[in-house]
Amino acid sequence: MIDSDIQRAVDRALAQSGAEPGPLLEILHSVQNELGHVPAAAVPLIAAALNLSRAEVHGVVSFYHHFRGAAPGTTVVRLCRAEACQSMNAGALEAHATRRLGVPCGETTPDGRVTLEAVYCLGNCACAPSMMLNGELHGRVTPARFDELVRP
Amino acid sequence: MNAVTVWVPKDAGALSLGAEAVARGIEAGARSRGRDVRVKRNGSRGLYWLEPLVEVETAAGRVAYGPVTPADVTKLLDAGLLDGAAHALRLGDVAQLPWLASQQRLTGARLGIIDPADLDDYIAHGGYAGLNVALGLAPADVVKVVTDSGLRGRGGAAFPTGVKWRTVHDQKAAQKYIACNADEGDSGTFSDRMIMEGDPFALIEGMTIAAMAVGATHGFIYLRVEYPHAALALAKALAVARARGYLGRNLRESGHDFDIAVRLGAGAYICGEETSMLESLEGRRGEVRVRPPLPAIKGLFGQPTVVNNVITLASVPVILARGAAFYQDFGTGRSRGTIPLQLAGNVQRGGLIERAFGLTVRELVYDYGGGSATGRPVRAVQIGGPLGAYLPESEFDTPLDYEALAAKNALLGHGGVVVFDDTVDMARMARYALEFCAIESCGKCTPCRIGSTRGVELVDRILKSSNGTRDADLALLEELCDTMFNGSLCGLGGLTPFPVRSALRHFRQDFLRH
Repeated sequence: MIDSDIQRAVDRALAQSGAEPGPLLEILHSVQNELGHVPAAAVPLIAAALNLSRAEVHGVVSFYHHFRGAAPGTTVVRLCRAEACQSMNAGALEAHATRRLGVPCGETTPDGRVTLEAVYCLGNCACAPSMMLNGELHGRVTPARFDELVRP
Repeated sequence: MNAVTVWVPKDAGALSLGAEAVARGIEAGARSRGRDVRVKRNGSRGLYWLEPLVEVETAAGRVAYGPVTPADVTKLLDAGLLDGAAHALRLGDVAQLPWLASQQRLTGARLGIIDPADLDDYIAHGGYAGLNVALGLAPADVVKVVTDSGLRGRGGAAFPTGVKWRTVHDQKAAQKYIACNADEGDSGTFSDRMIMEGDPFALIEGMTIAAMAVGATHGFIYLRVEYPHAALALAKALAVARARGYLGRNLRESGHDFDIAVRLGAGAYICGEETSMLESLEGRRGEVRVRPPLPAIKGLFGQPTVVNNVITLASVPVILARGAAFYQDFGTGRSRGTIPLQLAGNVQRGGLIERAFGLTVRELVYDYGGGSATGRPVRAVQIGGPLGAYLPESEFDTPLDYEALAAKNALLGHGGVVVFDDTVDMARMARYALEFCAIESCGKCTPCRIGSTRGVELVDRILKSSNGTRDADLALLEELCDTMFNGSLCGLGGLTPFPVRSALRHFRQDFLRH
């Protein structure tokens, strides 16, 4: 990623955040929405603009599971691991997905196409197991349905 | 011929089962048949085993069909869906189904019935009647109505809402806040999501009443990032409310100013804990604050703040509209009103069941749920999310109210009930509870930060041990639970022992058979 892209994304995020107090999370969301992740190079830019230390900004980025430090694949698959999905065999679905993609949760396939992530509850617990595919929610996902939806 | 109105839910659960393709299919199919159709989008009525649930407006009322998959649409249109004709998927008037007819929907009265983005639809179904009453009362009297209703926080802590409001009301401050906790992270719960997607004005109205009552001018909805559909529905409803003068300066010519902003969380379960949520709203790591001071005295940005869950706030309009006595007439003991229970996991008929407190687990799991989805015997339920206890079948006659569950070393939490069949390994579930605590711990206090990881290691050792240390390790696990329960700063570390100890107590054999 080119530094000027990062600078632009940070500038835009700062401009959007306006005068509201405590805007750091909003800014990080905005940067990640634009770039797919929060690059390490964005941290000092945000810190300087908000008069925070780099450690404070890094501390926030690393605290929240949603913020990524590395660019994700073209497709992002988020599998629910929480209890309601477990009761409907989410464990087997995750095993199937990792076998199929060849990477565990938290990693991207070597060709950069699919990132597999774990998530703890998507609020679709009456239609378990659930997964989010590029922001789209899917319920009652069987291994066969997974293969239809996710092409490695 | 007049256009036929067809309702297809835009609820995230319905969408996850193909509702968008169903809506498009009905539009296209009607067009090719020369029929004039208006597809309207509602929330879900909460009968998730019937989603996508399609309803057609006919002379005889709304006729439902479900579950309708995208592949069913053509056959349904051929059979006369648009005229409410017979079909294997035809359910008739969904409100007459015993599953729904037996419920007492107060908070969720409009779910699945109205268009969530249509303010007039909301008002036509009783919306803003509560605010109208509140605007005619002194703020202290609004607080009194809420106190008298017996409403307790539905997020899990069950603290009397009126007492909290009274505290904020009594503070002298230049700025007060209403902070709505919409970080519904408990597995097995989705009632907040359903309200925000299916009846967002109810939450907005509830927050507005709270603001009038305590003298707040700013509100925040702290929404989990896992709920993008709720974010869209809220953004739409907030814009409409502002445009129509229900939010903003001098709202409804009342002399009050109040507006609401939505703030997104970032995938941290701990931010459902109120002080951690306030830290996150201020743009910091979601680390728990030490109480006192209470948020009601020193909350968001150091100002007096009402922190309430979505369901709590969305229950306020009906309480104001119909009176404290009406609401408090529902329920049992000190659990007054209705509770939107969420039945989930391995169950045939999962969804939203709003009833007066007092329904038993057995009635919920078998009468409403129809037993497990897999058809196998039900072995356990977990009540109240990842920090809730597991109950075995022998305890299923326990009523789902705050005190009855506490007496069973369990808790109601946010009202989620997750069903497991007899294939569940309860030692694994206990291990998961500790692992989840380790992943989600904010790290501020030692019993939670370290205890959770030591707990995972201990369970692993118990499951592997064949060397005679098992009994000692089981005793050590009990001791660790004791430390976490008594020594943690907040409910994450403090309540993780509930699932662990209940698994040890009711399903000990699962720890011994490996």
